[in-house]
Amino acid sequence: MSTSSPASTSAHTSTSTPSIGRVHRFEVRIKPGRIDPRAASLARQASALGYHLSSTESARIYLIQGNLSDSALQRIATRLLADPVTEESTLGTRAPRPGASTIEVHPLPGVMDPAAQSVRDAIADLIGPQLGTDAASSISVSTGLRFDVVGVTADSAKLLAQRTIANEVIHQIHLSPWTPDRLPSGAPYSLQLRHIPIRGLNAEQLAKLSRDAHLFMSPEEMAAIQSEYQRQGRDPSDIELETLAQTWSEHCVHKTLKANIKFTLPSGDTTINWNNRPGHTVTTDAQGRTVVTIDNLLKHTVAAATHELIAGGIDWALSVFKDNSGVIALDDTQAVCIKVETHNHPSAIEPYGGSATGAGGCIRDVIGTGLGAKPIANTDVFCVAHPTMDPASQPPGTIHPKRILSEVVAGVRDYGNRMGIPTLNGAVFFDDRYVGNPLVFCGCIGLIPRDKIKGQAKKGDLIIALGGRTGRDGIHGATFSSTELEHTSADEFSHAVQIGNAIEEKRVMDAILRARDAKGGPLYTAMTDCGAGGFSSAVGEMGSQLGATVHLDLAPLKYAGLSYTEIWISEAQERMVLAVPASNLAALQQICDEERVELANLGTFGTDNEELILNYRGTEVGRMSMHFLHDGIPMPRREATWTPASPALPAKSKQALPAIGTALHTLLAHPNIASKHWIIRQYDHEVQGNTIQKPLVGPASRGPGDAAVLEPVPNSNRGIAVGCGLALGVGDPARGGDPYQMALAGIDEAVRNLVCTGVDPTRIAILDNFCWPSCGKPTNLGLLVRACAGCYDGAKAYRTPFVSGKDSLNNQLSYIDSSGTQRVIEIPPTLLITGLGILTDLNHTTTSDAKQSGNVLLLIGQDSNKHDTRMGGSIFAEKFGLVIGDAAVPTVDLARGPRAAALMHQAITSGLVKSAHDCSEGGVLVTIAEMLIGSADGSANGSGSLGFDIEHTAVADSASVWGFAESASRYVIEVAAADVPRVTAHFASIGVTRLGTLNTSGTLTWKSAALSESVDALTTSWRGTLDW
Amino acid sequence: MPKALVIRAAGTNCDIEVCHGFELAGATSELVHLDTLIRQPQLLDSADIVAFPGGFSYGDDVASGRIFAMKLRERLWPALRAAVDRGSPMIGICNGFQVLVQVGLLPGPGYGEVWSETAPQQSLSLAQNVGGRYVCRWVPVHYEERSVCLWTKGMSGLGSADTRLLPVGHGEGRLAPIDEATIPKLEANGQVVVRYQDNYNGSALAVAGVCDRSGRIFGLMPHPDRYLAWNRHPFWTRLNRSDRQGDAPGLRMFKNAVEAVRHAPV
Repeated sequence: MSTSSPASTSAHTSTSTPSIGRVHRFEVRIKPGRIDPRAASLARQASALGYHLSSTESARIYLIQGNLSDSALQRIATRLLADPVTEESTLGTRAPRPGASTIEVHPLPGVMDPAAQSVRDAIADLIGPQLGTDAASSISVSTGLRFDVVGVTADSAKLLAQRTIANEVIHQIHLSPWTPDRLPSGAPYSLQLRHIPIRGLNAEQLAKLSRDAHLFMSPEEMAAIQSEYQRQGRDPSDIELETLAQTWSEHCVHKTLKANIKFTLPSGDTTINWNNRPGHTVTTDAQGRTVVTIDNLLKHTVAAATHELIAGGIDWALSVFKDNSGVIALDDTQAVCIKVETHNHPSAIEPYGGSATGAGGCIRDVIGTGLGAKPIANTDVFCVAHPTMDPASQPPGTIHPKRILSEVVAGVRDYGNRMGIPTLNGAVFFDDRYVGNPLVFCGCIGLIPRDKIKGQAKKGDLIIALGGRTGRDGIHGATFSSTELEHTSADEFSHAVQIGNAIEEKRVMDAILRARDAKGGPLYTAMTDCGAGGFSSAVGEMGSQLGATVHLDLAPLKYAGLSYTEIWISEAQERMVLAVPASNLAALQQICDEERVELANLGTFGTDNEELILNYRGTEVGRMSMHFLHDGIPMPRREATWTPASPALPAKSKQALPAIGTALHTLLAHPNIASKHWIIRQYDHEVQGNTIQKPLVGPASRGPGDAAVLEPVPNSNRGIAVGCGLALGVGDPARGGDPYQMALAGIDEAVRNLVCTGVDPTRIAILDNFCWPSCGKPTNLGLLVRACAGCYDGAKAYRTPFVSGKDSLNNQLSYIDSSGTQRVIEIPPTLLITGLGILTDLNHTTTSDAKQSGNVLLLIGQDSNKHDTRMGGSIFAEKFGLVIGDAAVPTVDLARGPRAAALMHQAITSGLVKSAHDCSEGGVLVTIAEMLIGSADGSANGSGSLGFDIEHTAVADSASVWGFAESASRYVIEVAAADVPRVTAHFASIGVTRLGTLNTSGTLTWKSAALSESVDALTTSWRGTLDW
Repeated sequence: MPKALVIRAAGTNCDIEVCHGFELAGATSELVHLDTLIRQPQLLDSADIVAFPGGFSYGDDVASGRIFAMKLRERLWPALRAAVDRGSPMIGICNGFQVLVQVGLLPGPGYGEVWSETAPQQSLSLAQNVGGRYVCRWVPVHYEERSVCLWTKGMSGLGSADTRLLPVGHGEGRLAPIDEATIPKLEANGQVVVRYQDNYNGSALAVAGVCDRSGRIFGLMPHPDRYLAWNRHPFWTRLNRSDRQGDAPGLRMFKNAVEAVRHAPV
């Protein structure tokens, strides 16, 4: 420890009251002459932004407050904080070198600082025995990061920090070393019971109250609440109003999808047959337009398909839509469950924390399914603006898309990796309309014994909270997620942002799984996670049939000063609520003590009249009927309309079209298609040791896998695969698309991805995640109605039940541009279909990388003598304009698509298919190129790929149409030359095209179209775009 | 049947697969929480093999393995040393390797030295990867012919080159010695066990795993626990049937230790 170093200032500690002790500052840095990767990383990021740092050094900062002797400080520095081989520590502050600017980043007060918690606990372990428990427990810790950079002024240092390592929503940036006199702690709270006079307000005043208090309730909802309290003859307390706002939020109750919708179509529109749909009434209005009235859209489309399929014999969908995730059978004793959530608005403001807590929340949904599932896989899908966007063209208040993508990846990485859950499947889609409102989808899959999939709280059970303490984090997350983003949202809603602590959640998970598997049966009767709405939603949901009495002052707090309402609605992370019979409490407490999980007994389920009774230190602060809370919401009536879109892409000249080889390079480099290895390699996709098929395939692990495969129970020879479909192009009205086709194409693509790996298509469950622009706008709601119709038709045709889903319906950015004009950027309608399928025999696992010279590639699902010429919605059209082929978007044939999947599975299980890849974005040439890229051998330079010669005879400009059209329901497979006749006959009913023969040339050639490109060069294009 | 004690803490997340490895290898496994072991150090006395699995113990806060190692040094050194003296094989995988070097169990005493009364000075460190971030992949490795490690006995040159891969997943796996003489000295003692053929994390002399002088205590960044069956291999569907004969390399390591214990003189 270099305390005597002349560079250290003597004022390393500051004075404070003796009772809590002083703040001691430690700096830990890399020893001179050794590599400092953290500093190098900042230098790299700075260089990409145009700063040229001639020197960069980093240090970790620990601010430790307590009455600590010199010897205790010495022990902390040498035995805990610094690595004796590579690091050195300084007690106090080392002065910056001449010419260097200092940047220090510390978390804002109240922001979760997981490292600080660990250090505090570790200090108690290290010196607690000498100090005594009381002194050890009074220690507080805060952490920070310091960088000393040469080459920028102090002003640009701050800007650099804002653009790279700090986000002022959660961080404070200091331009000199910062040691506070004392670490922040809360002020004591004294009860002030507030009532909101609501009974006498007029409509305008009700609207103002809804907005000012961040309740985001509609006029009808505010009126319903007013009339309820007029009936009761009293005003609500603030906590009652907040409880209603959380429970009735779009996020929690899906009121748009459950609304009564009047959908008006132009006369003569026959693109969808609206007759004979459950819950749909078709009439004609005075103008002769078709009017479809739907009562509860969700129930009569997505859910109806599932219930019809179950009634029709699907017996493996064990729990659908009811629980925190959907459950399907794996085998006779085990089941798998799956959930996909979005965390869009928090990720727009603080991408790292937003995506990490998105992953954490979805993982808790899986843990909290039935009587508890073990998470075994994560998925993630991101939609962001193009990373090449000029920062000058960004709307105010938005974060640059490259930084958003880097940080949402880091958030998912750090949460999933720390929890020990492999992140196996994902996708990224780029469109500049996501600039202010990126989408972050996080999915989780769990393994659960079939006898544990149902839980039910009983009257008299204790309300037990496990896990993290409650703070002000995430207050109003549920209502925030249900409104649109504005450019001031970062200021107004910074309190809705949360930072995750994955290890806290890991501890909770470990404790819960032990309690689930306790001898004599689970120690609890029901469980749910604290997600949006916090305790308010969790207790409200679990007690909806029973009532509940809650003592809010018994919740452990991160810091003093929270009001009873803040405790109730805080969305602090890593908390679960369990219903525990009193006789099991001691056993549960013991497990929690061993796992170092905090347990709080908040009250009891069950009241006389099914009421929710909220107390704080003996005072009743709220009392509400569960019936009004859960059933009192007035279901809105909504108007929806539809006008078929016409393609709006600017026509470019045919002459400007590049040569076919150049076009292929361009498409492979398009970020939607380009290799995502930069992301995949940061995710642990191997933890738990059961990953049978990795996200990247082939001898060099370069080729894109269609879906990852797991063997959830080792040596069972039974697998699961997870894949997704997101057909944005065919669903985007701005590009002539139709969300009805987006739903069909999404289901088709998810199914194909799974089938290519060996999944049995009769054992696929799917999930819907809608992210839509404001559905208060009838045209947007019309798009949603069409997408739901597609979900119904697609799920029934493919016999793939929806088992879970979620919607996020206010994804747009409002801002005022530089000319003072109000602008709105709506995201394109986005429907993610996630597929979870079962492989009944892992020996039939198939991958997409081409295997052997001499084998033949066949295009399944397309006849050799005719092909689909529709180019609408394709990546080719996005890049080069709609100048060739037909402008329409391709459609899915609901007889052919499912038949293709069934035939594919038969061929794979017969052992005839050496490799299989679904043919989607970029069309057949991209598909072939990807299979060749995957064939590269394991040598360090990645060369040694197979080559391929396309036999098809190209005709004039239809070569590009044939090569780049994105028609649905197609596969490219590799078979032995001798098997070609047999395989061709097998697929005759859905069309087969013989593409040609694999060779050893390492080149993709197509003589009649003058294509000849080396696979190494194609690989470089494909891997270069996102190789950050 | 030999018993393997697998020590976990908050954030350990490869404990189940490590237990599975020992069970497949013919041992029983017992999971114990580090705090429980600190309260009941005698649990170590009945262990034939001791394992430190991978994960993010204590969130990797401060540095990977730091808090776990600090607790072992401060609270459990005498019991650990007794287990070492008894000759119990030990393994630290990934986060467990990071723990073992910080405790000082690796590389252990040199010739003419003995295990000290207090935890030894640290001479190896696993620092942040040279690329600055977490990497998950399979990497080609070379098992050193001259290694004395009992865990990898007979593995040098075994199988085809395609099978000599191991999965890695870490952000802090760059082996950094306290001075330049350290690794050559270990090499001379047969303590360098496994090397990366593609040194993606910048480890000194591409060393991926080391053992103590006796060959019984072994630490490595790659995960044998993720390679217990052939179908965990990244392109197993391409491997020749002859390549997939016998135990997968990860399982072989567990079996080597279990066999050694079974045949050890009582």
